[in-house]
Amino acid sequence: MISEVIDVALLAMLWIIALQVVFTRSELTAIMVFGAFSLVCAGLFLAMGAADVAFTEAAVGAGVSTLLMLSALRRCGNDRCPSSRRGILDGRALALTSVTGAALIWGTRDLPGVGLANNPVHLHVAPRYLQASFDEIGIPNVVTSVLASYRGFDTFGEVVVVFTAGLGVWLILGSGKRNDGKADDHE
Amino acid sequence: MSDDLILRVVGKFLIPLVVVFALYVQFHGEYGPGGGFQAGVILGAALILYRLLFGDAAARAAVSPRWLRLQAASGVLLYGGTGIAGILLEGQFLEYNVLLSDPINGQHLGIILIELGVLLTVSASITLLAYTFSADADDSPNEESVDVDDASVDPLLRSDQSTRKEH
Repeated sequence: MISEVIDVALLAMLWIIALQVVFTRSELTAIMVFGAFSLVCAGLFLAMGAADVAFTEAAVGAGVSTLLMLSALRRCGNDRCPSSRRGILDGRALALTSVTGAALIWGTRDLPGVGLANNPVHLHVAPRYLQASFDEIGIPNVVTSVLASYRGFDTFGEVVVVFTAGLGVWLILGSGKRNDGKADDHE
Repeated sequence: MSDDLILRVVGKFLIPLVVVFALYVQFHGEYGPGGGFQAGVILGAALILYRLLFGDAAARAAVSPRWLRLQAASGVLLYGGTGIAGILLEGQFLEYNVLLSDPINGQHLGIILIELGVLLTVSASITLLAYTFSADADDSPNEESVDVDDASVDPLLRSDQSTRKEH
């Protein structure tokens, strides 16, 4: 009972925040409200028992991406008028998003119920991880065992992706004469 | 933003705590939620916050972009090197059991090493993104954004001066 109340409250907050993001005129407000959206999402993940995912969502979505967008906004200046001045309610966009949203909601009818023990996702490798990981790895947190050991190669790929993203942005935007000269002056 | 006294005082108090919390998340990831990725993001957020509050020059004096690039690359190398070490010790790529004589201890060592690699790469890459995105940003865009030429010629020097003036 109490978990349903929490779920409905979080989803209602998510809905209100999403409307606020759509209708706000100020880019700064939109960024801050997006941070709140991520934080409520993290609360939803936590309500579903996915503590590691909630942690990541709070740190990445509410924390770093908000900071990165604030940095970008500071570079652009926040007095520019966004394109939203030209009619917030575009009929075609409204129709497109309504149809897409309705199709997605209709598609959820084929999904298995949330958290049922005999869902397909829980019958594949998950039982083996849960039963054998402590004897094989010796770590209480199964999520860490899966990420770092069983699926260590995937995590290696993720780290390379993050590195490549940083490298790419730096090569495109930051490798110019000015930055490096300055950095060396100050060192 | 950097001339806001309240933000600066609160930031000075909070940023060390955020860094310590990142280390806690890193080293506690085997027992609770967390791990290298989350710790790296939190550490990166602390550095970005420092840069937003105290200006570009102070941030570059604390952590230089050259160091960040080195750190990002060394994290990937540490992760990949742990994998190669498994091959050299007659195991497979990223097989931690062979790292030490006891397989469980080998797993612990391998996970600690690769989580350290994740921390190094993620924190450095994210901070580098923020450095690069706002490399030309002026510290006080509200009053002085008119003379764009001046700002683009020497943004660091300007931010440096405006920072000094307030003290």
